[in-house]
Amino acid sequence: MTATATPTRTMTMVAAINDALALALEGDPTVHIFGEDVGVMGGVFRATDGLQARFGAERVFDTPLAEAGIVGLGIGMGLAGLKPVAEIQFAGFLYPALDQVLSHLGRYRHRTRSRFHLPMVVRAPYGGGVHTPEQHADSPEAILAHVPGVKVVIPSTPADAKGLLLSAIADPDPVFFFEAIKLYRSAKEAVPEGHYTTPLGQARLVTTGDDVTVICYGGMVEVCTRAAEAARAHGIGVEVVDLRTLVPMDTETVLASVRKTGRAVVVSEAPRTNGFHSEVSATIAEEAIEFLRAPIVRVTGFDAPYPPFTSVEDVYRPNPVRVARAIREVVRY
Amino acid sequence: MTQPDLSPIPPGTEPPPQDDLFQFLAPDGTTHHPELWPDRETQLSLYRHMRRIRHFDERAWVLYRTGRLGVFPPYGGMEASQVGTAAALTNEDWLFPTYRDTGAALTYGLPVARTLAYWRTSPHGWAMPGNLKVLPFYIPIATQYPHAVGAALAESRKGTQNVALAYIGDGGSSEGDFHEALNFAGALDAPCVFILQNNGWAISVPTRTQTRAVNLARRADGYGIPGVRVDGNDVLATYHVTAEAVRRAREGDGPTLIETVTYRIKPHTLADDPARYRTDADNLGWAEKDPVTRLRAHLLADGLLTGDADAALTREIEAEFEAALAEADAYPDPTPAEILDHVFAEPTPQLLRQRAQIEAEE
Ligand SMILES: Cc1ncc(C[n+]2csc(CCOP(=O)(O)OP(=O)(O)O)c2C)c(N)n1
Repeated sequence: MTATATPTRTMTMVAAINDALALALEGDPTVHIFGEDVGVMGGVFRATDGLQARFGAERVFDTPLAEAGIVGLGIGMGLAGLKPVAEIQFAGFLYPALDQVLSHLGRYRHRTRSRFHLPMVVRAPYGGGVHTPEQHADSPEAILAHVPGVKVVIPSTPADAKGLLLSAIADPDPVFFFEAIKLYRSAKEAVPEGHYTTPLGQARLVTTGDDVTVICYGGMVEVCTRAAEAARAHGIGVEVVDLRTLVPMDTETVLASVRKTGRAVVVSEAPRTNGFHSEVSATIAEEAIEFLRAPIVRVTGFDAPYPPFTSVEDVYRPNPVRVARAIREVVRY
Repeated sequence: MTQPDLSPIPPGTEPPPQDDLFQFLAPDGTTHHPELWPDRETQLSLYRHMRRIRHFDERAWVLYRTGRLGVFPPYGGMEASQVGTAAALTNEDWLFPTYRDTGAALTYGLPVARTLAYWRTSPHGWAMPGNLKVLPFYIPIATQYPHAVGAALAESRKGTQNVALAYIGDGGSSEGDFHEALNFAGALDAPCVFILQNNGWAISVPTRTQTRAVNLARRADGYGIPGVRVDGNDVLATYHVTAEAVRRAREGDGPTLIETVTYRIKPHTLADDPARYRTDADNLGWAEKDPVTRLRAHLLADGLLTGDADAALTREIEAEFEAALAEADAYPDPTPAEILDHVFAEPTPQLLRQRAQIEAEE
């Protein structure tokens, strides 16, 4: 994004995503959007609202209810020269499509030595915090981040959502684009008008500080920012790093910050064991252990399915109090 | 079983009118095949079940609006499809319901208080009674179909005559799992009854966008199993075809696919706004096909039911519901650490550490 004064408009995250999709459809006739309820209805979260009316039912269309079919269809469209942008209604319903992702989406370029490639984007709402029914709050990003050949992007602000989505659509390789349900309407800010891209693979410093680095993404950025404010009130300087893309991960920004602060707290709402937070922790341990003044601490969900029990849902998802406690723990170590 | 007309229907057209369907009791009171009807006691029992589950559906909405229930997918208008099918089972048989099938689970015997607890997102609703072979409402679409085949196969391998019955929607029948399950069941002779409730919509997607097929029961042909298309708002007919399919399965004649043609008059869930995708014209005529009023009119005309007996039934159903609601109100809220229960038979060291963490943070 350039620093010149571009006109902006205040938008929610879901409006920014809608704006990006409209710009992509407008700018590139090969872009096609499809999935369950994306057409007439405009998606269950309204991310594709109005797009079918504007761009026609050939370019924005409802598919039958079949996720393997949706991803498989996109693979074929991508092979044959279109730009498929598929929506999976909730990340927790991606699972029927995992065969297509694991067997094909991630390895087409490799298995044809780049004769074929898949410029496909799969968008999926993910994460908790809004009392959804069973399986609607999953955070399966680590599963995707473990598949060679697919990129994983998770924005945390409306402006980033727009810029990163336009980058994802322009990218020649398959990109999973996870959107935190909690942020769709709660995150609101001035978003630049018109077309711009935010490059994949570049983390963002949300706050700067000298004492602790908190690494997070998506729905956890807002939580960590609030924890950082609380810590600052106690004289602790917190650097919040928003990864923005998990694959490729911006290790340089993470390591530079940890080398400066000497302390790392890694936060995500996914289950604890083998989460992407573990990858971040391992990278820090490998590359910057001599700079650490305290053990790396992870603040995560738990090794249980995301609870569908509304009254205790908030126990699972890290909140500012839990993150602030971890910050104090590494500072006091 | 009397088969419906299986002549080819041109693809890509609207579904055929409902009077082409296998039917016993038409909306206007016309009757067909009286020799095949269930006995009078069964007719009354089916009526009672429909009234009971309709009451639940109506009360659930009020409870939702007053914040006493979570997101609830209503089934009002589909009572005949759920009661006629579930009532054909005994509690030795298996029931695999989706989120839409609260009425079927209640008919099968899931206690009202537990059912309320489920939709209140209380763990007490996930604790399935040990004397029932009913699974929690399936949220991911179509995944229950292969499970039903497996349960049915297990029963036959164990030498019982028990069957498994599973529900799916018209949308769900697009998923691969649906097709794999039908094929497995046929190939393995599993005593399975597949109910495909075609209620016209998968959230905003009408059946004609979902598939070019108009007769979904004919999909059974591709797997070598019988398929039956029935008026899903005629409880006598749905009961008959399901009972026949259950009998066939028990006798070792394998699986059946039953398409119940019905309609979702209500929204997908209360969070859904159907005005975005359908007009009043789409709903036209469906109120007149209402399964409950249809059977009530017949029972009254036939002298099987009196106005007084009907009023007494209403009071009985209301009393049962209010007692169950009081029972559900008394279920305690879960403790925070309960979110870690029931992950493994024995908690792993990691889970034990995480439990200590939650308890320390309380
Ligand atoms: C695998 C999967 N994909 C998507 C969803 C989201 N979803 C919930 S209900 C629904 C429509 C289902 O329609 P249908 O199968 O016809 O059943 P109905 O709701 O009409 O009873 C969708 C797409 C889901 N629950 N599971």
